[in-house]
This record gives sequence, structure tokens and C-alpha cells, in this order.
Amino acid sequence: MWVLLAIAVVVVGFALRINSMLVVTAAGIVAGLIGGLSPVKILNAFGDGFAGSRSVTVFIVTLPVIGLIERYGLQHQARKLIGKLKVVTTGRLLAIYLLIRQGTAALGLTSIGGPAQAVRPLIHPMAAGAAERRYGKLPEKLQEKIKGFAASADTVGLFFGEDIFVAIGSILLITGFVDTTYGLHLEAIDIALWAIPTGICALLIHGTRLLLLDRRLDKLAAEDKAATTEAAR
Amino acid sequence: MIKVEWFYWLCGIFFVLIALQVLNDRSNPKRVGSAAFWGILGLSFGYGTFVVNKQAPSWLLGIAVIGLAVLAGSGFPGKGEERTTTPAERVHFADRFGNKLFLPALVIPVVAAIFGAWLAKVKLGDGKLLLQTGSATIIGLGVASILALIVGMVLLRPKSPAVPVHEGRRLLEHIGWAAILPQMLATLGLLFNTSGVGKAVGRVTDHLVPKGSLIAAVALYCIGMAVFTIIMGNAFAAFPVMTAAVGWPLLHEQFHGTPAIIFAVGMLAGFCGTLCTPMAANFNLVPAALLEMKDQYGPIKAQIPTAIPLLGCNILIMYFFAF
Repeated sequence: MWVLLAIAVVVVGFALRINSMLVVTAAGIVAGLIGGLSPVKILNAFGDGFAGSRSVTVFIVTLPVIGLIERYGLQHQARKLIGKLKVVTTGRLLAIYLLIRQGTAALGLTSIGGPAQAVRPLIHPMAAGAAERRYGKLPEKLQEKIKGFAASADTVGLFFGEDIFVAIGSILLITGFVDTTYGLHLEAIDIALWAIPTGICALLIHGTRLLLLDRRLDKLAAEDKAATTEAAR
Repeated sequence: MIKVEWFYWLCGIFFVLIALQVLNDRSNPKRVGSAAFWGILGLSFGYGTFVVNKQAPSWLLGIAVIGLAVLAGSGFPGKGEERTTTPAERVHFADRFGNKLFLPALVIPVVAAIFGAWLAKVKLGDGKLLLQTGSATIIGLGVASILALIVGMVLLRPKSPAVPVHEGRRLLEHIGWAAILPQMLATLGLLFNTSGVGKAVGRVTDHLVPKGSLIAAVALYCIGMAVFTIIMGNAFAAFPVMTAAVGWPLLHEQFHGTPAIIFAVGMLAGFCGTLCTPMAANFNLVPAALLEMKDQYGPIKAQIPTAIPLLGCNILIMYFFAF
């Protein structure tokens, strides 16, 4: 049971806002030592874990081209384009993106979106552009809110879309684990079908919240305006 | 056959190029330590190939990884001055290039989709798949980025071929060490597993199981998946533990639930946990860094009010359909 101390290291470290890389490393070493691993085995685990998970860092190969088009005004153009479409508000735009992201992920097309290749260069500037048309220059509170929700639309869409696709890692993990452990013969398609009800709930809940975001932004903008006039007096 | 390792080498080369640029960047007050960070990272990506193939010792990479963590803890990598176009220049360029600017950005999803939907299934003459099994997404993203960069270079004609590396560095310096935090967390997951953290948590949940109540058992499985995922940062790590502790013995063997529904919905309950945890850095912290947010927990704060009712939906879906 002492090995649970490693979890305590993580929780306390994150709560105290110590550098996450150090917290994670310390927690790993603590878990290994209490779990009875030798120092060499712990080092081996760090090496194997890092080498085996390089795929999560591959998104960085998109950065040179994204940076390049940003240099030539991509975000500006995205704002300009959305500025012309008066019906498009921040919330509506993000709700549509959620739908597209979830739909394409359900077809197995998970790398169509993503924070590096879609949210930073396209979705966020458009969402911010739509808000700027409505409120003028955005105070920091609004900027942060829009950024947070832009990122959330991408993540929620991905999570609750990809599991509807048959050949995705999580489904293969489920069938692989239960088939070997309990001697079942589960069809991947059954697992995928039963991901649909939750997928619909996710779309309804997060989609509604995105549509309601416009009202929250209205409120935040009004509060900010009141605060600045107050300060000016 | 197109191998995924090629693209890890591409990442490695990119990091090394950045290290060299940082070393020459006199505006960066921490240039030596920062160059060391990116340089060690780049070499680790290449060395990782030999570790995966068991041709080189893992502990050496382990030392490098801990070295990266120590550098990160000491405040590296730092940022230099941003040398990119001014907002006024960007307005001018946007007027000049117009919607053509979207073209490179759209090449990425289109090419990635072609790889994921079609090329992933193409076989070569010898019956092997064209793309390494299970890696079509990564390979697709790599190829798509290269093609998009070519389109961008032809379209925009920057003065020097170093410009994209330079601009890529600008974005990467915003992310900083958070770029490799997801890999560190994957490593932590591995260590948690080998040292028995999962089993210990399983024993704790055993004591929580109420006798005879179906809805309580369903809730325990779903909430357990979410909580365990919040701790481990990954629903995949939580699934075997919670399923062995609650999902199989209680929900299936005792209450005779349908396995496919229990497991599918259980995993999605875990995903609700992923929405709420900084431990899932690639989904929650990296986007905040990429968007240059002041509050690194901004995306999580936007997601928690969705995750909680959705977890409730999962409990009800499992309760009504699986039994």
C-alpha cells in the first residue's frame, strides 16, 4: 500500500505548482523504489517509457509550416474572413467545430483536428475574430475564456468521436484485454456501437455549453466595461 | 514499407536544428542550457529507435530523460526575442495573399485523411502493409506536414529556407518543456504499473463495493474509472484495474450485465476523467501552452462542467442498457 505515496507526490506536487517535469520524475522514482525496483531498472523504465511514447510528440512536425503561414498573416486572414460572416458567433463557430471534429473522429480521421494544426492557426483566431466584431478589443478575461473553450471543443470532439470508430486504440485495448483475460470473443463493432449513446450526450452537453458561451461572453464584456468606466471615474 | 521511426528521426533532426539556432541566439539569456535541452531531446529521439529495437541500453536514455527533467526544473528552455513579422506587416501580407494562406493549413487534414482512410489499408507486392501497422496516423501527419511545408514555401517564398525552422522554434519556445511532458507522464504510467500502484488502488476500491445494489455497483465502476484516470492521466491504465476489481466480478458475474456495453461505457467514463486532469498533459496542458494562455488550467476549467454531467449519463446508459 505504501506505493500509493507516489500518487501523493503527484497530487501535492501539482497542488504546490512545482515544475511538473520534476514532480513527475520524482513520483516515478518514488513509485519504483517503494515497488522494489533497482535503480538501473528505474532508469530503464524511464528510457523505455520515453522511447515508446515518442508518438505523442510528433505533433511538433506541424509547427514549421504553421509558424510560416502565421508569419504571413494567417491568423489575421482567419479573423477577417469570419468578421464578414455576421451570423457566425464565437459559440456557434465552436459548436460547429465540435460537430465536425466528432464526426470526422468517428470515421477514424483523428488527425484532421488537433491543437497544433487546427485550433491555434484556424479555430481560435476565427473564434476570437467573431468576438472582436461584437465587443471590440478583447479584455484578457474574454481572451482566456475563448482560448479555453476553443481547446475544449477539439478535445471533447476527439474523445467522444474516436471511440465510435472500430479500429481505434481504446477499442482494441478493450477487446484485447477482456478477450485474453476472461476468454470472451467481443466484436470491436459492438463496443463501437455502444459508444454512440455517450457520443450523442457529449455532443448535446458540450454543444449546448458552447452555444451558451456567447451569453457568458456578453456578460463578461459588460462587467469589464463597467469596471473600466468605474476605474476611469 | 514506410516506417514510423523515420518520422521520429525527423522530429529529432528538427529539435537538433532548433538547438543550433538557440545556441546562436544572443537575445536568449539562457541560450546554453536551452540549447542543451533541445539538443539532448533531439538525440534522444534518434537513440529511442535503438532502445525500441533492443539494440542499445535503455538506462542511458533514462539518464538523458532525467537530465531533461532537471533542466526543465532549473528554468530551461528559455525564450529569445521573437523575430517574426510585425502585426502591421502581417496585415499587409494577409491582404496580398488572401485566402491562399489557408491552403497549406488545409493540406494537413486532407493528406492526413488520405493516409488514415486509404493508404493505411494499401498492401505492397509482398503482402505487407505500405505503412507500418498501427502507425498510419503518425505517418500521415508527418507526410502531411512535409507536403504542407512545400506548398507553403512555393506559395509564400520566404527569403531563406531557415525561415520555417525559425518560425517553428518561435511556437516551440512558447510550449517549452511542456512539449515533452506527455511523454514523461507515459513513462510515469509505466513505472506506476510495474511497481503495483494499480493493484494497490484496486484493493482500496474492493473495500468500497456495496453488496447487492446494482446502481451503486455501476456508479462505483464508472466513477472509479474517472477518478483512477484523473490520477493516472490515462483511461487505458485505469481500465484493466477497474475492470478486474469491479467491472467483471461484480457487474458481469454477479449482476449478469452485457460485457460489450459495460466495457464500452466504462472506458468512456474514464474519458470523462481525462477531461479533468493535468496528468493528461497532451490534451489539457499542451493546448494551453500552444494558445499562450495565462492560466494553464484554462482548458480543464472549460471541460469539467461537461465531464461531470457526462459521467452521470454514462452511469445511466450502463444501468439501463446493460442489465
